[in-house]
Amino acid sequence: MSAYPPMYLKTRLYYALLAAGGLIALAGLYAVYLMEHHGHIITGMNNQVVWGIPHVFAIFLIVAASGVLNVASIGSVFGKTVYKARAPLAGLLSIAMLAGGLTVLMLDLGRPDRIIVAATNYNLTSVFAWNVLLYSGMFALAVVYLWTMMERRMNPWSKPVGFAVFAWRFILTTGTGLIFAFLAARQAYGSAMLPPMFIVLSFAWGLAVFMVAQAALYAWNTKMLDPAILQRNKNLLGVFIIGSLYMVAIYHMTNLYFAHQSGFERFILLDGGVYPSAFWWGYVWFGSLLPLLLIYAPGLGKGICVMAASLLVILGGFALLYVFIIGGQAYPLNLFPGYQVSSSFGDGQIATYQPSIYEFLLGFGGLAIAFLITAVSVHVLNFMPQDKPHTAD
Amino acid sequence: MNGIDIQRRGFLKTSLGVAAVAIAPGILLFDLAHGKPEAASSKVRWGMLIDTAQCKTGCNDCVTACNKENGLSGGTGATDSQWIRKIELKDTGSGRELSLPMMCQHCEHPPCVDVCPTTASFKRADGIVLVDKHRCIGCRYCMMACPYKARSFVHEPLHDQNPDVPRGKGTVESCTLCVHRVDQGMQPACAEACPNKAILFGDLNDPESEIAKKVRSVASVQVRADLRLNPGIRYQGL
Repeated sequence: MSAYPPMYLKTRLYYALLAAGGLIALAGLYAVYLMEHHGHIITGMNNQVVWGIPHVFAIFLIVAASGVLNVASIGSVFGKTVYKARAPLAGLLSIAMLAGGLTVLMLDLGRPDRIIVAATNYNLTSVFAWNVLLYSGMFALAVVYLWTMMERRMNPWSKPVGFAVFAWRFILTTGTGLIFAFLAARQAYGSAMLPPMFIVLSFAWGLAVFMVAQAALYAWNTKMLDPAILQRNKNLLGVFIIGSLYMVAIYHMTNLYFAHQSGFERFILLDGGVYPSAFWWGYVWFGSLLPLLLIYAPGLGKGICVMAASLLVILGGFALLYVFIIGGQAYPLNLFPGYQVSSSFGDGQIATYQPSIYEFLLGFGGLAIAFLITAVSVHVLNFMPQDKPHTAD
Repeated sequence: MNGIDIQRRGFLKTSLGVAAVAIAPGILLFDLAHGKPEAASSKVRWGMLIDTAQCKTGCNDCVTACNKENGLSGGTGATDSQWIRKIELKDTGSGRELSLPMMCQHCEHPPCVDVCPTTASFKRADGIVLVDKHRCIGCRYCMMACPYKARSFVHEPLHDQNPDVPRGKGTVESCTLCVHRVDQGMQPACAEACPNKAILFGDLNDPESEIAKKVRSVASVQVRADLRLNPGIRYQGL
């Protein structure tokens, strides 16, 4: 008897997974309906912390959507065949996460019914408006990229389109970083470090998502990933984790260098309650050092360790974004340097934020949409990496 | 061919009726909104000079007047709109204490207008920074960008609005410098309500105006002048 479940059990499991994803997506939509009906009062967001959990989910998904294409770029731009075989799956994951992230971002708006206004009234100076073009362009480009790879007659075009995707996703993640980098008045943001930091973070998060999806796909199809390929993938993930740590460290160190920023850094790294905990435990330990250990420690680094490391990197990404987005807003704006200030509007005080269940439902709804797109696509089309034996680059 | 004529006449009548019905509410609403036929002029730069020596700690009259004028609830919860707030300051070195009102500073180069994806945040020719409630999609990017934390997001359904000051759930709002009053030649409600005349409102571009003369003769500062946004609100004695 086979160690794997018979076909009909597997089919049932597949539909059960789809149903679960659908239910979570529906729960997210229900949360949106309630937010539309009652207003954002039912969320934990307020006039001090104006962006909350939905933005943590949305930005993670969008940044990871850009980063996962790195796998495709290593194949198409740098000509590594092992990665080229994985480009279709990377393209699919990018489209799925972009769709999930943008859905969350749009449905969190105060007036999502007016989203068309973003197209009819376009403000050239707004980074958000640039991102409307960058995100929709990325989406279209990724679809064309998949087409050139999966349709044999279009194959000659896959290299130039791959180059376009490569350039576009750099600009896209730069745009995501710029959303914050241009907020000159806020201590947490307004740093030229942010776009490159987001690009390096996207490499790590995107590859981590890719490795989880790849492991699931291989397990589902009862195939074994060549240990040599796993070795290369996990070493690359390790390098990206180290790169991310470096960028995050430099961002905080440049802040620490400016005397007027030291209060903020003290808050976010030392005495800000949940934020230093999420940063040191969530991002640095569980999201970076432990995965590095799982990847590089002698005796570890096998399939299950790499899977755990990838999942931890994803969790660490969420922790880092929570600290960055919400902690960054919780710290008060400094309107009057040299003065102690107080007011009825939270001046001089650390803002409080208690995320509500509806925000989490919306965020998980976005993840569910990304999951559904991926699950259905890998079921109906062939996204399984086709490795040739002995592919030494 | 009498029948055709009657049909034509009927059609013209109906068309006229439909046109009248279509245009009438617009004319009526324009009148109701006390709309001014002429556009705001860039020759004018509305602004305020706030004398912190005259602003009393504990006095909240400007805030109360603003809430009443603009139909705000007056609540001070984390999700309540506050277009103007009193800030109490204490110099950490000398211990000197002072109090001042803080609201939209009506910048010449407003970051909220820069970042707004839909151009809902805009600056009138006369320097008043406003939000078009029909264009605002509620993304709150302007709230992130405002250095003065002057903007509020409407978190709940609204009731009993002041028809002169339309607001909307799910959109962002802030001090309008009482544009509906200014357009009628009146002062903003806060300036009028201040018992100590600490808020001087006027046209900064008119050299003969009281505010322009005073800005020339006394030392005044702009909050976060380092950002070079050139706010229309200036503070004296800070």
